[in-house]
Amino acid sequence: MTMTLTINGAEHRVEAEPDTPLLYVLRDDLGLNGAKYGCGLGQCGACTVHVDGRPVFSCLTPVAAVQGRRVTTVEGLGSPGNLGPLQQAFEQEQAAQCGYCIAGMIMRAQVLLDRGGSISDADIRNHMQTNLCRCGTHMRILRAVRRAVDATGARTSSLEAKP
Amino acid sequence: MSRSLDTLSRRSFLTAGALVVGFSMVPRAFAQLVGGGEGGAGPKVVAPNLPGSLKSAPILDSWIRIDANGAVTVFTGKVELGQGIKTALIQVAAEELDVPPARVTLVTADTARTPDEGLTAGSHSMQDSGTAILNAAANVRMLLARKAAEGWGVAEDAVATTGDGRLAGPGGRSASYGEIAAALSLHVEAMPDAPRRDPARYRTMGRDLPRVDIPAKLAGGAAYIQDMRLPGMLHARVVRGPSVGSRLEPLAIAEVAAMPGVVTVVQDGSFVAIVAEREWTAVKALRRIQNAKTVRSAPPLPAGGPNPQGVVEALKALPSRDIVIQDGPDRPANAAHTVKARYTRPWLSHGSIGPSCSLALFQDGKLTVWTHSQGTFDVRRVAAQLVGLAEEDVHAIHVEGSGCYGQNGADDVSADAALIAKHVPGRPIRLQWMREQEFGWEPLGPGMVTELEASLGPDKRIAAWRHEVWSNPHNNRPVGAGGVLAGGEVPNPFPVPEGKPIPMPEGDGSRNSVPLYNLPNLHVVYHFLKDMPIRVSALRSLGAHLNVFSIESMFDELARAGGIDPLDLRLAHMADERGRDVIAAVAERFAWRDRPQPDGRRGCGMAFARYKNLGAYCAVAMEVEVERETGRIRVRRAVATVDCGQAASPDGVRNQVEGGIVQSISWTSREAMSFDAERRTGFDWSAYPILRFKDVPDSVAVHVMDRPGQPFLGTAEAAQGPAAAALANAVADATGVRLRDMPLNPERVRAAVGVI
Ligand code: FES
Ligand code: FES
Repeated sequence: MTMTLTINGAEHRVEAEPDTPLLYVLRDDLGLNGAKYGCGLGQCGACTVHVDGRPVFSCLTPVAAVQGRRVTTVEGLGSPGNLGPLQQAFEQEQAAQCGYCIAGMIMRAQVLLDRGGSISDADIRNHMQTNLCRCGTHMRILRAVRRAVDATGARTSSLEAKP
Repeated sequence: MSRSLDTLSRRSFLTAGALVVGFSMVPRAFAQLVGGGEGGAGPKVVAPNLPGSLKSAPILDSWIRIDANGAVTVFTGKVELGQGIKTALIQVAAEELDVPPARVTLVTADTARTPDEGLTAGSHSMQDSGTAILNAAANVRMLLARKAAEGWGVAEDAVATTGDGRLAGPGGRSASYGEIAAALSLHVEAMPDAPRRDPARYRTMGRDLPRVDIPAKLAGGAAYIQDMRLPGMLHARVVRGPSVGSRLEPLAIAEVAAMPGVVTVVQDGSFVAIVAEREWTAVKALRRIQNAKTVRSAPPLPAGGPNPQGVVEALKALPSRDIVIQDGPDRPANAAHTVKARYTRPWLSHGSIGPSCSLALFQDGKLTVWTHSQGTFDVRRVAAQLVGLAEEDVHAIHVEGSGCYGQNGADDVSADAALIAKHVPGRPIRLQWMREQEFGWEPLGPGMVTELEASLGPDKRIAAWRHEVWSNPHNNRPVGAGGVLAGGEVPNPFPVPEGKPIPMPEGDGSRNSVPLYNLPNLHVVYHFLKDMPIRVSALRSLGAHLNVFSIESMFDELARAGGIDPLDLRLAHMADERGRDVIAAVAERFAWRDRPQPDGRRGCGMAFARYKNLGAYCAVAMEVEVERETGRIRVRRAVATVDCGQAASPDGVRNQVEGGIVQSISWTSREAMSFDAERRTGFDWSAYPILRFKDVPDSVAVHVMDRPGQPFLGTAEAAQGPAAAALANAVADATGVRLRDMPLNPERVRAAVGVI
């Protein structure tokens, strides 16, 4: 079946069985590496992408269900040579060991940043609870998200400070 | 510009080059070097007087090449596993060559391009490869300076490097490395004591260079083997039962082979794999074929399951070879307090987030295998034997995968892919295991038991110490087809090799069973159990996790019995200066002397080990809060100090130790592979839970001791034992209850401590 998908702002036509998980279409048909196969069960978060701004497990989302909706992958936040703000925070904190979980972590955390408002450390932990890391990079991931939140907060409050 | 080399005749270079080439006739094979300190076939030692892996690959241009533009290529037989080794080795090379790190390109293990350095394991990479590259680079810098001096007609010591890839001589003479290197042969044997750069003037080592591999990992760059897409590539899934020792019956092969998009179903003996044009087709075909009955094809798994009594029964029922490591007693012991205790650890999964993956292509009689195994050269040996090719006809290339922490499914999946490729020539095959296959078929970290008996004298000093450990080999790295799953499934199966212990001082189940402390009447025995009822192999730190847990728990048990502060008891028995420094430093940074007093919920613990008694020194202190109602342990803070000799990249060391602490807390407080008689039952993340964000410590602080110019000491596994013991000691301090069986999970903690 031919479907039209909107990925990172661009339209793509793909030919796939409608029950194919979005993960395989992103990786195999569109050549996007960000979303990873970790469990295929919605248990680890390695495959996290955004659909209409909400985090979803792409391993469990049939591609047919995202037609006409906006899909964002970690590639949509920046490229290795031109990292986006949250990716920069991860770079500054050197928040990766093997890094296999990290694209999913970033996509998960971006939702929290987009939500805005005041965000406590406990909020960050609660929010990240869905995503697994085996290398034990958690402390750095938390610091990276905090750093990005603070940077965003600083931007927000400087905007708010204006009359 | 410089006066450079035009003043030198090309002829003089060639003559000099020819002279040194004569040198490179190396002596042949001596003993076997076990690369990586674990199994693996390991390269032969040909130059025992050289440091690190130069022993087995002494020729400089197998490590370093410099092109005419001054670009430097460095070759290592070690691989990136997420431990940051690429960046650290680039720093090492850049420092001793005295070039900016951006000038250096690093090539990691590839059987056609790099030296064979055995396994990337056992915290050996800095010791083996870092040391080799350090000394090779010092040799190259020396040769460059000598060559420039000859050309300029000046004394060799009048030539200096300037840090930007140039040489400077008297009177403003200057030449680029590229110019000099163009006429210099590096195909010469290293000499053992080439002058090294002064650590006080280091420009790159000891600084926090951002890791070179991280940007791609943050933004979906091609970073992993899973990201490889070769033209014409097919997707494969391998068909097996739910876990080792089982198979499926009957297999709906004809039905699956007829599914649209399925290219073929490979059958070779009992090895079965589905090959499809699209990945999802392969997965669906696998799910269809898995809809079958499970048949046990091996003896039942140990009856007692993964609980402590089950571990003890399973291991003690096995025939043991008793290896005496320390043969006390050596003097009469006057004991005021004696403590006897048994400690256990269940079987653990490596738990890689990304299931194992490999690519293979068989074309024109040659096989190429892309692998994330820790032993690239072993993958070649295994594949050659499995598919019946000469080793020269197999090319194995390392590409990074998800973190492995030891022998996960990487070697098996590479052999699987090679076998499938052999049956489907001309098309690249990409095989990734499914989540449940990784849990079900990878070798687990072995279950283990220790029994300790120790006495404290009336002088409050330890008077006797006995340590016995029961363990399967942790050392089942495949070096031939018998070591991988597919080797047992082909029509003429390769026999599974008999397990062997790793001799001390590295040890396997015995690793770190000898305390570094000065203890009289020290008796240490390794009950080596070669028969493995559950498939096992190396998991990060091998036996050190339970041995250090046991030793350091016992220290606190004795301290409590004798009314001594655990810090004082440790310092009183630690003669090793660097060991004392690391313990004292952690105490100071943790504010041990001012720590909160235990109140039934809160408590503090510390622990120490020098990894293998020859790697990095690491001390960990922890403050925990035990929720008695739920049994949950919250780690409020963890502080660690580590002495790894000269740190190439201190932040790289901190990253490894932070990760090691968090991972060890997960192992120690959460994890056990469950099983029944028929199969492993921990097949997903709900049945094998690991630590998540809400349960990681509030803070982890790692301090790296400054040891300029000291030899590299392996670090990556140093925290596993100390973190485990610090946790148990803190829980004992908080609650007064000693927990000796891993995991210290909420059910056990609640049952043991009860509600006040
Ligand atoms: S791969 Fe989707 S949640 Fe694990
Ligand atoms: S960094 Fe390796 S799994 Fe998270």
